[in-house]
Amino acid sequence: MKHLRSIDELGVDGLVDLLQLTDHMAEINQRPVPKVPALRGRTVASLFFEDSTRTRLSFETAAKRLSADTMTFNVSTSSVNKGESLRDTVATITDMGVDAFVVRHKSVGIPWQISQWTTASIINAGDGAHQHPTQALVDCYTIREATHVQNFAGMKIAIVGDIKHSRVARSNIQAFTLLGASVVLVAPPTLLPPDVSHWPVTVSHQLDDIIGGVDVLYMLRLQSERMAQGHVPTLREYSEQYGLTQKRVQALKSDAIVMHPGPMNRGVEMQIDPSDVKNSLIHRQVANGVSVRMAVLFKLLGSGSNLGGQA
Amino acid sequence: MSPVRLERIGNMSKSASSSTSREAMTAADVRRAIVRIAHEIVERNHGVVGLAIVGLQRGGTWLGEEIAAQINKIESEVSVPVGALDVSLHRDDISLRPVSLGAISNIPFDLSGATVVLVDDVLYTGRTVRAAMEGLNNYGRPRAVQLAVLVDRGHRELPIRPDFVGKNLPTHRGDDVSATRDGVFVTPNSEDKS
Repeated sequence: MKHLRSIDELGVDGLVDLLQLTDHMAEINQRPVPKVPALRGRTVASLFFEDSTRTRLSFETAAKRLSADTMTFNVSTSSVNKGESLRDTVATITDMGVDAFVVRHKSVGIPWQISQWTTASIINAGDGAHQHPTQALVDCYTIREATHVQNFAGMKIAIVGDIKHSRVARSNIQAFTLLGASVVLVAPPTLLPPDVSHWPVTVSHQLDDIIGGVDVLYMLRLQSERMAQGHVPTLREYSEQYGLTQKRVQALKSDAIVMHPGPMNRGVEMQIDPSDVKNSLIHRQVANGVSVRMAVLFKLLGSGSNLGGQA
Repeated sequence: MSPVRLERIGNMSKSASSSTSREAMTAADVRRAIVRIAHEIVERNHGVVGLAIVGLQRGGTWLGEEIAAQINKIESEVSVPVGALDVSLHRDDISLRPVSLGAISNIPFDLSGATVVLVDDVLYTGRTVRAAMEGLNNYGRPRAVQLAVLVDRGHRELPIRPDFVGKNLPTHRGDDVSATRDGVFVTPNSEDKS
């Protein structure tokens, strides 16, 4: 495996393999000294053209716990501001000797484009509204950890919110269904893609209709600029219909799980403190982020997989 | 050597042509060696206080558990904690060959100040033990580290020497050595792997 750009590219075997590898990394993270020399001498560069807290930090922490060196590229202080192109930026960093790029960009397909310009491995940390495969891995691992099931067959997962603009939703739909879960999308028509008939999902416009039957309630962040763009009338109305309220928490099955990829909009999609929800896994999602990304980095760069492939 | 044995070998080792396997220790020999090693460990450490056994995944874990069980029979007042350590991420040849992580480390106790007996089935180049000593440091600073192996087959590449040995077994570099409860078997290999 050379790159991780989409869940498709990974396939079900690759997905299960990475989840199992994550168990090893989780054990490392529990040690008093959570660091192994597995990626000593490797260099991981994070190339973030969009803002991020948890993805970038968890990738950097993951790289450091595997003893890789890290380079952080910060758009706002880079020569991109002097007009340097993406291609030249990638070539420049490649010349410094990089084994993997962790890329986030607002445009769909950038990770594929970059992989033609460099010999390094490419990890997609979010491209437009397209894919965010490591978040999907984190979410699958978190569900697996909480439910102790390897296979999601028979599991019903609702993804609620701005599906249209969400790369997390797209990666998660693929990953959840690969593992056997059935996925229901819950959103107003304006926040759904024009046509989801070819997606392996069902659709509902009413959260209250389905909330009592789901095993996992996956809340997406509603970006406030969506209101200005006319996708929702007001945040309050959205929140009324699709937000997680105390009343809706009570409508959940007693063992249902609540998840959110962060960052949360408190008072919009989350009208309650998630720590009030008994089975909220939001903190586990963040904690598992490091272990999962260690597994990804190790899979791509460790274990003799990249022999002679150094840039 | 019974035909049943030969079949087992064929199943267990990757490269072996079972017809040429040699039984270096029988199941009974292995059992006796474990009892002796357990006694030696207790004697050397003047009891079991502060002692911990850590088997190396995966070949050393069964042996670690058996040695600990024996020690607990000899000195019944304190139970010796047993852990398992997977060293694959600490290996120095990690980028040279594919690493398969088979089993997860499990050391549910603090190693700081403990006398840790590392246990492995076969001692060969010493690189696994080196990786294990490095890995142990992630769990605390042991007061001392000792090494117990069922078989020392020679060909060390590092300055490492076992404290407790079941059997010294001269081998060629390419030989395949399997050491389990059922005995120790050597399968010569014409190709020199090193």
